[in-house]
Amino acid sequence: MTHFAAVVLFALFASVVFGITQRETPRSMVRYGAYCFVLFVGSAIALSWIMFLIAR
Amino acid sequence: MATEENKSAAEVPAAKSGAQPGAQSGAQAQSQMVPVYLPLIAGWMVPGAGHFLLRKWGRGALLAGSILAMFALGLAMHGELKSEVHDILDMLGLAGDLGNGLLYLVSRLAGLGADKVQVTVADYGTRFIVVAGLLNVISAVDAHNLRTGRKS
Repeated sequence: MTHFAAVVLFALFASVVFGITQRETPRSMVRYGAYCFVLFVGSAIALSWIMFLIAR
Repeated sequence: MATEENKSAAEVPAAKSGAQPGAQSGAQAQSQMVPVYLPLIAGWMVPGAGHFLLRKWGRGALLAGSILAMFALGLAMHGELKSEVHDILDMLGLAGDLGNGLLYLVSRLAGLGADKVQVTVADYGTRFIVVAGLLNVISAVDAHNLRTGRKS
């Protein structure tokens, strides 16, 4: 498994649990889950680029 | 006293939705028959079991699938199952592992999981297992909130 695949799977499962447990209606659960997923993966990509640029 | 608190808490969702207090659905009434702390304990022991007890089948299946998959992936990546504590971080890791309930105990008894992390992916696997335990605790608390009526 690549590191990025691990990040995506981690984000997916954590977002599903966050969405279901932190919101009350199905619609808001989906929206919050998607929001968490984007934040997880987006921040991982952003931090990766920052570390790549620092290491150069 | 405790019964009164539970009763008033159970009426909150009905008040929020504008429904009559006596107009609870059959499923809601049946979920109120479950002992207050049973969904919390069952949800901790078996992922999703707290929601299944309250007849929240969809939520329970999604939570169980996510937590089980995360735990299984952690084991597949040769993640470490903590068994002894050397420092404060190990203690936190063990607390996270214990959040998996029976999954942790059965895996320990079956000899699954690495004793020592030797590759980078195994370090990720260890985090997957710890986070699966923490998510399971959140899920169990959510089941308890559903039972008491703090959440609908």
